[in-house]
Amino acid sequence: MRWFWIDRFTQFESRKSATAIKAVTMSEEHLHDLYPDFPVIPNSLIVEGMAQTSGLLVGEAKDFAEKVVLAKVGKAVFHRLVQPGDTLIFSAVVEQLNDIGASISGTVTVEGDLIAEIELMFSHIDQNLSGTKFPEHNFVFTQQFKDLVLKFEPKREDREFDL
Amino acid sequence: MTHEEIYAKVKDVLVDALGVDEDEVVPTAVIRDDLGAESIDFLDIMFRLEKAFGIKIPKGELMPEGVATDPNYVQGDKLTPAGVAMLKEKMPFSDFTEFDKDPTVEGMSKLFTVDMIVKYVENKLKAA
Repeated sequence: MRWFWIDRFTQFESRKSATAIKAVTMSEEHLHDLYPDFPVIPNSLIVEGMAQTSGLLVGEAKDFAEKVVLAKVGKAVFHRLVQPGDTLIFSAVVEQLNDIGASISGTVTVEGDLIAEIELMFSHIDQNLSGTKFPEHNFVFTQQFKDLVLKFEPKREDREFDL
Repeated sequence: MTHEEIYAKVKDVLVDALGVDEDEVVPTAVIRDDLGAESIDFLDIMFRLEKAFGIKIPKGELMPEGVATDPNYVQGDKLTPAGVAMLKEKMPFSDFTEFDKDPTVEGMSKLFTVDMIVKYVENKLKAA
């Protein structure tokens, strides 16, 4: 199983905002685990989709040099269930971004219907306040994850070099 | 902005960041011990303070960093006189009365109170 909960980005403005989509299909195993004969995507995986959308937005902001981990789910309010055939649209906005981490506010919609409101906080774990050391290798962003962003050719006016 | 207005906004920040009740947020409340903040909550509090007051909080300004791992400042589980002096310089808004009696690493968290945050923000806004 591959741990991708977004299919592609449809909008990406470096250090500001990003939008990603995920088409929910009947063939996904996990849809059938919550309720018998009533396939729905678990809300926790909707949070994960927002975390992936946001995490890539935060990671790209520093050219994937930081290990960006989801540190806190500040808010996660769900308004309706999501079923096969729905296409989730994850919209993330950077509220704050600094050396230590970032905060993001996000909404999830399906055809204009508000599905969820989610606020997330990310930590650049090498810059953590306790001084704990982590492995050199950036184990957060695999090439496949980075490709989701790089193929979209994000714009950044103040970029010092091209990726 | 008056002291009361700053206090009310700090209270909102802590209620939102930590999920505590408003009446738990009193001036003497210790952020970790009384309000249950974990380490990652401090980053959340910093972000929310920046947003609420339109200020920038540089790394290490609100909470000194790397103290516990610096042998000049810590010997065993106690802070050295140099460590205490450094904390007093970096945390001028904290009340050191109790800490001075037994300056342990564990006790450092008690310096971080609601009142300390309010005074820090007040000073920051004055300087702006």
